[in-house]
Amino acid sequence: MKYIAVFILSMVFWLLLTFSLTVPNLITGSVASALCSAFFARHYFSGVYKFIQPARYFWFMVYLAVFIVECIKANLDVAYRVLHPSMPIKPGIVKLKTTLKSDFARTLLANSITMTPGTITVDIIDDYFYIHWIYVRSEDPEEYTRMITGAFEKYIKRFAE
Amino acid sequence: MNEMITIIFICIGVLFNIFGCIGLIRLPDVYNRLQAATKCVTLGCCSILTGVLFHFGISGAGIKAIVAIPILFFTATVAAHALIRGTYRFGTPPDKRTVKDDYKEAVK
Repeated sequence: MKYIAVFILSMVFWLLLTFSLTVPNLITGSVASALCSAFFARHYFSGVYKFIQPARYFWFMVYLAVFIVECIKANLDVAYRVLHPSMPIKPGIVKLKTTLKSDFARTLLANSITMTPGTITVDIIDDYFYIHWIYVRSEDPEEYTRMITGAFEKYIKRFAE
Repeated sequence: MNEMITIIFICIGVLFNIFGCIGLIRLPDVYNRLQAATKCVTLGCCSILTGVLFHFGISGAGIKAIVAIPILFFTATVAAHALIRGTYRFGTPPDKRTVKDDYKEAVK
């Protein structure tokens, strides 16, 4: 099952990259995908059944929309801090707890945090994320957890857990 | 019409890349510089790639541009994480204005 999932994913990727449906191209692609899945598939995808649950795709779309809006906000925010003559920064590294369990979901959350306003994930140790924040707006753990992960965690939980 | 959209997207992309470069020069330490470098440069490049998609339409080059966007997102964020973690472990001190440092106890 795992092997088939990796095969299909890498085949789709190959077809998108080469963008031609000639027979030699298809043969090369399937050989390459078969090799990929033979070597690497056992390291990926703890639950393949997740790919065939339509609700997950819906939540993924919602997440994508939220993510794009947050990403544009992040850029305007950084642009404002960079261009302001007195540079309003107050950096710090904060620690916050996550409720996500699977590795894939955590990676996704960490990447989302890196792309959102003023935050970069420094490290994940056990259940805790260490976040570098360019402007520490609050000292209270509950409040900054809500500020940083609030927008994403519930959606990621719905499609990746 | 497509030309118009292409130009708008590429201009936005170049503008954000410039902001990122200004940030690299103006901000005080490595950690803050990485903030500018990852966010602005990633969105700038994605915007330019979207412009490329509109220019070529659904063809070989356009699809390659759209496939490059998620790859860019993942690699940029993971690289930023690796750089910032490596810098901290190496012992580069944060800027004087830093108000909070929870990571210090975790590293020890």
